[in-house]
Amino acid sequence: MEKPFRRRDLLGIRELSAAEIKGILDTSENFLEVNVREIKKVPTLRGKTVINLFFENSTRTRTSFELAAKRLSADAVNISVASSSLSKGETLVDTALNLDAMNPDCIVVRHGSAGVPYQLAKVSKAAIINAGDGSNEHPTQALLDAMTIREHKKQFDGLEVAIVGDILHSRVARSNIHLLTKLGARVRVAGPGTLVPNGFEHLIHLGERPSGSPPYEGGVAAASADGVVLPQQLQVCEHIEDAIRGADVVMILRIQRERQDAAYFPTLREYSIHYGLTNERLDLAKKDAIVLHPGPMNRGIEIASEVADSSRSLILDQVKYGVAVRMAVLYLATGGSAPT
Amino acid sequence: MKLLIANGHLIDPAAQENTGMNVLIEDGKVSAWLRPNEKPPEGCEVFDASGLLVAPGFIDLHVHLREPGQEHKETIASGAAAAVAGGWTSVCPMPNTNPVNDNAAITRYMIEQAEHAGLANVFPIGAITKSSDGAELAEMGEMKAAGAVAVSDDGRPVPNAGIMRRAMQYAKDFGLPVIDHCEDKSLSAGGVMHEGRVSLLLGLKGMPALAEDIDAVRDIILAKDTGAHVHIAHVSTKGAVDAVRRAKNEGINVTCEVTPHHFTLTDKFVEGYDTNYKMAPPLRSEEHLEAIIEGIKDGTIDAIATDHAPHHHDEKALEFDRAPMGITGLETAVGLAFNELVHKGIISLERLVEMCSANPARIFSLEGRGTLRPGSVADITVIDPEAKWTYSNAESRSRSRNSPFDGWEFTGRAVATFVGGKLVFQA
Repeated sequence: MEKPFRRRDLLGIRELSAAEIKGILDTSENFLEVNVREIKKVPTLRGKTVINLFFENSTRTRTSFELAAKRLSADAVNISVASSSLSKGETLVDTALNLDAMNPDCIVVRHGSAGVPYQLAKVSKAAIINAGDGSNEHPTQALLDAMTIREHKKQFDGLEVAIVGDILHSRVARSNIHLLTKLGARVRVAGPGTLVPNGFEHLIHLGERPSGSPPYEGGVAAASADGVVLPQQLQVCEHIEDAIRGADVVMILRIQRERQDAAYFPTLREYSIHYGLTNERLDLAKKDAIVLHPGPMNRGIEIASEVADSSRSLILDQVKYGVAVRMAVLYLATGGSAPT
Repeated sequence: MKLLIANGHLIDPAAQENTGMNVLIEDGKVSAWLRPNEKPPEGCEVFDASGLLVAPGFIDLHVHLREPGQEHKETIASGAAAAVAGGWTSVCPMPNTNPVNDNAAITRYMIEQAEHAGLANVFPIGAITKSSDGAELAEMGEMKAAGAVAVSDDGRPVPNAGIMRRAMQYAKDFGLPVIDHCEDKSLSAGGVMHEGRVSLLLGLKGMPALAEDIDAVRDIILAKDTGAHVHIAHVSTKGAVDAVRRAKNEGINVTCEVTPHHFTLTDKFVEGYDTNYKMAPPLRSEEHLEAIIEGIKDGTIDAIATDHAPHHHDEKALEFDRAPMGITGLETAVGLAFNELVHKGIISLERLVEMCSANPARIFSLEGRGTLRPGSVADITVIDPEAKWTYSNAESRSRSRNSPFDGWEFTGRAVATFVGGKLVFQA
């Protein structure tokens, strides 16, 4: 689908080049200042319409996108749909076409099924922004994590990042792995064997297009040469201690309690003992290591309260950067250019 | 009425014939082969097959015709029309209709609907268990008497090895092959594509190859124990192909089929989240595709079957993990077999014909079919191996449009299809 007015989708990090990622981060930097003004509004997107289409519950991400749109003077509409279009008897494609007929400039979509933003981008004239799709990607989360890391570590090259927890189902982990490795960081993942699947270290070599298959319609530019990722940049560790040892950044993933039914691990109690981030485990990281968590936290399960509340934890910074990142993404998606 | 299929090149693997030969048809049966210089009888109609191959009618061991119960996806008439347009003179529909074909009345109904349509022959496959619930055996003997040619619970494979063993012991009494869609659902539940690197990348739940391997090995052990004929549906994994090869070497009564999509596509095609790449078994990775090709080459894989699985557009226009499994295949199978197997030099034309006619007829014991020896039913597929054509979903005879091969270009197709001596399709 050809998008009018230079609209660009943001479907995942995996299609972005390192230069594109840096462009989004630099643009976000410029919007940070708006959020601390007395009057937190600029006219940049006046007359533009943004639809927040959320098929999955979310407080933080939806509020963040809504504030981002409003602070840019766009008209923002929030739509929460119980679960799937299916529950109303409407197909996903029909839902998209109906919204598209109202001529929004941008549709921000969150959905429990992987790939929905890709499916919508094929039929929609609006720019599609992925606000989290199933276990696939959550690109704006990775971008705000990157903002937080860049603020404290200045650069990504050679940075050691540990990602711990439910790697299998985590869209946050996937987007972060793509982003961090493209920018030159080394990522080590760890978690229970049931949640860190065999072969996960091969994830980052899969960005290339399969031969013969059609390109993503309406997708952003494919990764270019500057996003080349080396094999050793992603490593699976058997023990979480090995992942955390010497790390500059420790990223803790949320345990989704609803997955407990599937019995990926015996009890939350055992999880917290063997895989939770405690002060003792964090001591294995570099002295100036920072701790990130995409939220909402399960205190005392994947992260001990004393870690979450310590000065090394930047969880609230992440939320702060979230608004700036989403302002940048909305601005770029509706035709703005990154600073040069 | 007499008809001569003249000037063609006859390939009849069951009769070990591969030569220029004219085929004379009388009253729906092949009455004689005539040498090119032999004079045809008086008053005989002639179908000119110059430059074309004349083969025993192709038999598809695995289709879903959706009638009764889901006529918005397909009917027996629309499915039969798609079949003959693809060169298939006979199709064997799976029992997952609504209600399930688990009794003689439904089996008879399906055959009658096919007779009304007057296109392809329909040989129904009955259920193994009542409602395909995997619990109580269905009336296999009665279904066989009504015309069923095999039994299967297809997409709902019998999970309980004890019941499967009893089903094999019982089916053997009636000479019915037991077909299994090999999938241990305790390993694949919730999966929507092949479990591997691509499923990790896309964040989609995977169906591991070993779910198929384990069930195939179980069935082979049961076949050895019971002496029943087990036919493994749509093999898609290296493990299952290897297991069948070992079993055949051991003399166990096992056969298997492969679908065109499994010898053509890999899981990489799922990357755009197009639900027309979603089916069970799923598109596997490169190493499995290579094993499939090897199995086709060395004869481990007996037959090509489409697993034609029509779904309405509205049902497929959903989230990838909510859309139903399956793609249509009747009209693209021969084109894919030419592109991917024959023209690439993987198999000969003769072997292609064998995999689509002689072998399927043998697997389901279809008397007088799979060959054009005098006395056989005059089901004939006439092929132009060099015909260039493009498949278009919009022009499909099926009621559904869920093929991933829309716009694919092929070299080779069926250009005329005769069922019981009657021309039912001509390109």
